[in-house]
Formats: sequence, C-alpha cells, structure tokens
Amino acid sequence: MTLLGQFALWAAFVLGLWCVVLSFSGRWQGRPDLSATVVRSIYAILGCLVVASLSLWKGLISHDFNMEYVAAYTSRNLPSAYIFSAFWAGQKGSLLFWAVVLSLFASAAQLLTPRRFAYLMPYVAGVTAAVITFFVSVMIFAADPFERLAFTPADGRGLNPQLQNIGMVIHPPMLYLGYISLTIPFAFAMAALLSRRLDAGWLHAIRKWTIVSWLFLSIGITLGMWWAYVELGWGGYWAWDPVENASLLPWLTMTAFLHSVMIQEKRGMLKRWNFGLVIGTFLLSIFGTFITRSGVIASVHSFTQSNVGYFFLAFLVVAAILSFTLLYTRWSLLEADVRLESVVSREAAFLFNNLLLVGVAFSVLWGTLFPILSELVRGTKITVGPPFFKRVNVPLGLLLLGLTGVGPLIAWRKASTANLKRQFVAPVACGLVTLVALLLAGVRDFHATVALALAGFVAGTIVQEFYRGIRARRRMHGESIPLAFARLIGRNRRRYGGYIVHVGVLIYFVAFAGMAFKREQEATLKPGDSVDMQSPFGHRYRFTHMGISQYEALNRIVSAATVEVTKDGRSLGLITSEKRQHVDSFKRPTFEPSTEVGIRSNLQEDLYIVYAGSVDGTEEAVYRFNLNPLVWWVWFGGVVLALGGILTMWPGGGPTSSAPRRAQAGYEVTLVGAGKE
Amino acid sequence: MKAGHKFILGAALIVGCVGFLIAEGVKETGVYFLTPAELASKTAADPTFVENVGFKVGAKVVPGSVRRDPNARRIDFQVSDGIKTYPVTYTGLVPDTFTDANDIEVVVEGRLGRDGVIRATDVLAKCGSRYEAVPEA
Repeated sequence: MTLLGQFALWAAFVLGLWCVVLSFSGRWQGRPDLSATVVRSIYAILGCLVVASLSLWKGLISHDFNMEYVAAYTSRNLPSAYIFSAFWAGQKGSLLFWAVVLSLFASAAQLLTPRRFAYLMPYVAGVTAAVITFFVSVMIFAADPFERLAFTPADGRGLNPQLQNIGMVIHPPMLYLGYISLTIPFAFAMAALLSRRLDAGWLHAIRKWTIVSWLFLSIGITLGMWWAYVELGWGGYWAWDPVENASLLPWLTMTAFLHSVMIQEKRGMLKRWNFGLVIGTFLLSIFGTFITRSGVIASVHSFTQSNVGYFFLAFLVVAAILSFTLLYTRWSLLEADVRLESVVSREAAFLFNNLLLVGVAFSVLWGTLFPILSELVRGTKITVGPPFFKRVNVPLGLLLLGLTGVGPLIAWRKASTANLKRQFVAPVACGLVTLVALLLAGVRDFHATVALALAGFVAGTIVQEFYRGIRARRRMHGESIPLAFARLIGRNRRRYGGYIVHVGVLIYFVAFAGMAFKREQEATLKPGDSVDMQSPFGHRYRFTHMGISQYEALNRIVSAATVEVTKDGRSLGLITSEKRQHVDSFKRPTFEPSTEVGIRSNLQEDLYIVYAGSVDGTEEAVYRFNLNPLVWWVWFGGVVLALGGILTMWPGGGPTSSAPRRAQAGYEVTLVGAGKE
Repeated sequence: MKAGHKFILGAALIVGCVGFLIAEGVKETGVYFLTPAELASKTAADPTFVENVGFKVGAKVVPGSVRRDPNARRIDFQVSDGIKTYPVTYTGLVPDTFTDANDIEVVVEGRLGRDGVIRATDVLAKCGSRYEAVPEA
C-alpha cells in the first residue's frame, strides 16, 4: 500500500505543476477546452490524494509497524478511535491531511461557485493547485508519510497520552479546516487581481467561504482551549503559548475582514485594505503552521517538529512577495468610490474596529516573535509571557468590546444627534446599571469591572435591536412574539445572525473577566485531612482526601486519588483525579506519566482538582485545588457563536432586491409604483 | 476639520496606543532568556543583576541532583549547560515530565540569590525524548 500511496503523491505533484503552469500562463483565456482542463486537474488531484490518504489509513488500521509513521504514533493496544485520528497526530500525516482537505475545498469551490464567476475559476484552480503542490512536495522531499523502516518492530510506540483525548480527535482537524479553508478566499483574491476584474464580484463569490473559515477557526480555537483546560492540568485554558497565538492571528485578521468587507459592499471603500487582509490572513495561516512545525519558538505543545520548517519559511516568503507585488501592480485600479463623510458614522466605527483587530494581531505577533527579534537585534534573547499579552490586549480588547456595541447601531455616512440618542440612551443606561450593580456587589478588579459593564452596554444594544425588530413586525403583520422573533431572524439572517455571534463574543468576554477572580491552593493531605476554600461567589468548599487506589486499564496503569467535596456543608460527592502511566502491550512504560484532572462544573464555577503525586508511595497525596469562575460560559459562548455563524450563511432569506440594502446604506432609493393610485 | 483628517487623527491615536502598549509591555514584563554560561557572564559584568533582575534559564537538569521534599512541596536540583552549573530551589508542583532520570531540558524562571542559588518562581520541563519515547533498540 505504501507504494500506491507514494505513487499517488507523485501523480498529485505532477498534476499540480501542470495545473499551475497552465493556469498562470493564461493560455486558457478564450479556450473553453483548456479552461476545463485546468479545473478538472483539481478534481484529479483530489482523487490522487484520497488514494494516498486511504493507503495511510490502511497502514494504520492493519498495524503495519514496518511503516515508520504507523510505528511512531500507534500501538496494538491503542483504542481504535485514536488509531483513526493518528492520521493527523504526527507531522507527516497532518501534511497529507492538509493537502487532501485543501484539494477537497478547492474542488468544492470549483463546483459550488455560481457560473457568473467563471472568469475567475481557472485562476482560482491555479492558486489552490500551487498551495497543494507545495504541501505535496514537502511530503515527497522531506516528510514522507509512507516511509518504511529497515526492520519491523513488534509493537509501535503508541500515541502521546496527552493526545489521547476526545478533544484531540476533533480539535486539530477543526483548526486545520479553518487554516486550510483560508486558502480559498486568498485564491479568489489572487484570481481577481490576475484577471483585473476588480469589482466587488470576488467578494460575493467568497462570502460563504469567509464565514466557513472563520467558523472552523473559532470552533477549532475553542476546542483547543477546552483540550488545554482538561488535559494540560495547569488550571487555565489560554496560556499565550506560541502555538495558541498562531491560531489566534488569522482569526483576528479574518474577523477584521468580515467587518471591512461590509464597508466595501455598501460604500465601495477599503478595496486595497480588503485585499491586504485576505493576503495577510492566508500568510498567517502558513505562519501558524511554520511556528507549530519548526520549533523555532519553544512551546509547551510542540508535538511535531522538524526541518520542514524551512520549507514553510521559504514558501511564506515567496507567497508574500508574489501576492503583495501583484497587489501593488493593480494599486491604481483600486481607488475608493467615495470618501469618508464623518468620524461619527458606521464606516468610521468599522474602520476603528479593523485597526484595533489588526493592532491586537500585530502585538500578538510581536510578542510571539520577540525572543527571535531581540536575539537578532540585540544579541540577547528576551522573552515576554502572559503578563505582556494581558497588558497589551486587555485594554485593546475592551475598546473592541465597546465598538461591538457601537458599530451595528450607528448610522451610515453621518450619524445625527437624534440617531445617537435614539440608539444609545437605553444601552448606555444598561451599562451604567451593570457598573453600579457590580460596585455595590463589591467587585473591585478594574479590568473585569469595565469588561462586565461594557458587556452590559453591548447586551443592551442587541436586546434593543431584537425588541424593535419584533415590535415592528407585530405592528405591521400582527404576528405573535415567537413568530415575529423567528421571522425577524429568518428574513434577515446575515444581520441577526451577526448579532447572535456578538452575543457569543460577549459571553466569552464575561467568562474571561471571571478568570480574574480564580482561587488556587496547594496542599499535602493524609487520608481524612481536608482543605477549605472560599469561592468568589461566596460558597464554602471543603475538600477531604479519601485515599489513593491503583488499577490497570487497557493501555495504562492508573493511580487515582479521590476527594470528597462539600459545598456550604452539603455533600457534592466524590471527585477523582488520576496519574496515568501508559504502557505498551508488554507492560513496559511508554512516555512520561500524565495527569487526568478532576473537574466538576456548574454555571458559577469549576472545581478543578489535580492530583500531583503521593508522598513516598504512601496514601498521603499532594493536590492542587482551583476554583475557576465562569469557565462553563466559555464553552457555551463558543456554541452561541457557532450557531450565529451558521445562521448568517444559511441559504435563502434576506431581501431579494438590493434597494432595501442601498436604502439602509443611506443612498436615495426611488419607490416605483408608490402613490400611483 | 474634514472627516478624513479627523479619522487619520483617530487612527494615529489607536496606532500610537498599540505601539505604546507594546513598548511599555516589553519593558515592564520582558525577561532575559539565558543559558547558565550567559547568566554567569551577566552577573560578572553587572553585580546588581543578583536579586534584582528576573530571568529565565534554559538548561539541562543534572542527573541525580533532584531532592524532593513533598511535605513542603519543595524541590531542589541543579541545572547545567555543560559550562556552568547552578543550584535551583523551587516550591510548588513541578510538571509530570520533570524527572532527573533522563536528560530533561527545563526552563527555570526566577532570580539569583546572593548565595548563588536560583530561587525559581516557575519550572517548565520539556523532555527531549518526550515525544519520541524510548530510543530505538
């Protein structure tokens, strides 16, 4: 099977080169047969890479330990779900995963894009083929997933226990899907530049793709936080680790793009900026892979490192030079249609939002690269950690949160005093009431208080929008409240879906603010000993150490420490935290021991219990207890955000004519047939 | 003032804020990342470095040097880069990967005491063989 896999990779490589050469030569223009060839070679590449992927899965499932990849990431006693997901557990497999998914997306883009964009499609095929060919060439020349060993081990090494977690089965593919799908908007942007058809057409063609990529990234990042929280055991979900930052960067620039694209659609401004954002986002997705793969920056979760980093660096540089040069050559064709009329307008609010998002992205990039930069410039390595990212990003994040409330409500072009009064009196009151309530409740953390008060303001704006929409429908159509609510959303999916996404973001901010009040305590306990902790919500918890038990499971030896928990004197039952030593099928230890955190979650706070080890093999145990406020809301915010995102791109709905949209944007619209009777 | 100018003013304000926050953040929170040899030459060149400046040291744990006191959750060990060796003392939970059995790399964050012992505030362990498991037979 490895021979077939290798052959399939080579075939994909040759097809990719063919597609790239033919596409960029432009010979297909006016030649429908050649255009069709370019597009079909994408489908052929997909076929080859599917064959290669099946070959790899075949090797994994049949425990072909003569294959280096199979021996490195699986073992006979590995549960079958993880054998399946071992496909993307290692570097070589994830390269193949990347290539096959990109070819799938590239094919979907060819099939699903409406015919009126046919003039872009051969170029789109060429750009996607170039990226696929890069990934395939890395596999062929540096990281062959089908490499065979000179001997056949009796058993494989098994999968790193930290990766044996359901979150790890779905988190990397989700994040990859996000990264990979960013290539499609980039390909359309390049196609628009190459074809010199620089109207807003390409933006319409990629609208759904941008939301899909953004959704995958959002879900991938949230799942990553969940994995870090339950698996790494340090007590939080975001550590500003380089790998985490790398996933945040394209998300930030993509978020900026989702907003600035509305300005171009409605007002014909920001054309160059939008191209810049799409190119930048794509480059950041490659940069993210480079950071994860190369090990240039020490990270706690560099699971995969090797020299393929240099391939990525080279690709990054070449792609940046080519795409920005192309943008530069079309610069004069991208003049804005209108000028900004007032800084008190929706355009301006969105521009500031964009600057802030890019500013946050820049500071995260700067902080992530700082060790390298300082060593290059000053000869000494200086690192910045979580305190840096918090200092810089908390104020910027709070400004952004405020703009989340302002942007959707303020008028286009130029907001009048009447407009400001009508839109903002109630929400501002909401924010102030929240602020007073927090101060009365004794909350004193400055940033958390500001965050929660701003959240109150933004929630006020969103509730007001829904309230007004429903009231208008009830007046015009006499609908019941639930029906009016459903139709309101159904008829304006993009707008109200967007508001729901904002609700999700709001929930994230509230949850992040909650972590400012976390409590932590370490203790060494004999059986029967207990520790008391007071939670930020005023509950009193008592943790009593019950004892340690040891047993063997399928692929591990477990020692489990159990505590009994009472909350305000009432028993909550037992919580167990484990220390696991994974073993191979000959019971020899593999990997370092790993920790399984004991977590009990409710809407107010999480109890997070880490068993850190026993004292000299006795039943005396070392524990760390965390009380983490509002963590449940992070995961819930993710769900709300995902639902809102799905809603915005659900097909159908929305006004069929562009007139209402133009009217909203402040243009004059003639009502044909009005007043005829 | 025209809207365009006002906007540029606002934009400059945002860019300025971002720049200021970054510059100040680096100044206030940046810590040196040194090898033991570099730490030795730093302290030799600048005696105020001792006790006053926080840093991170990346080095290997000297095999057999780890002393644990589980009751106080204190751990003492030595780190070395083959040129200089420093003793380290740390109170807190060390990660699972922290053992002196096989050459592990650690990043120790802390300050140097007058007695030449690094008082660690954080210990990160990254085992060189961690993701590779046992070397091939």
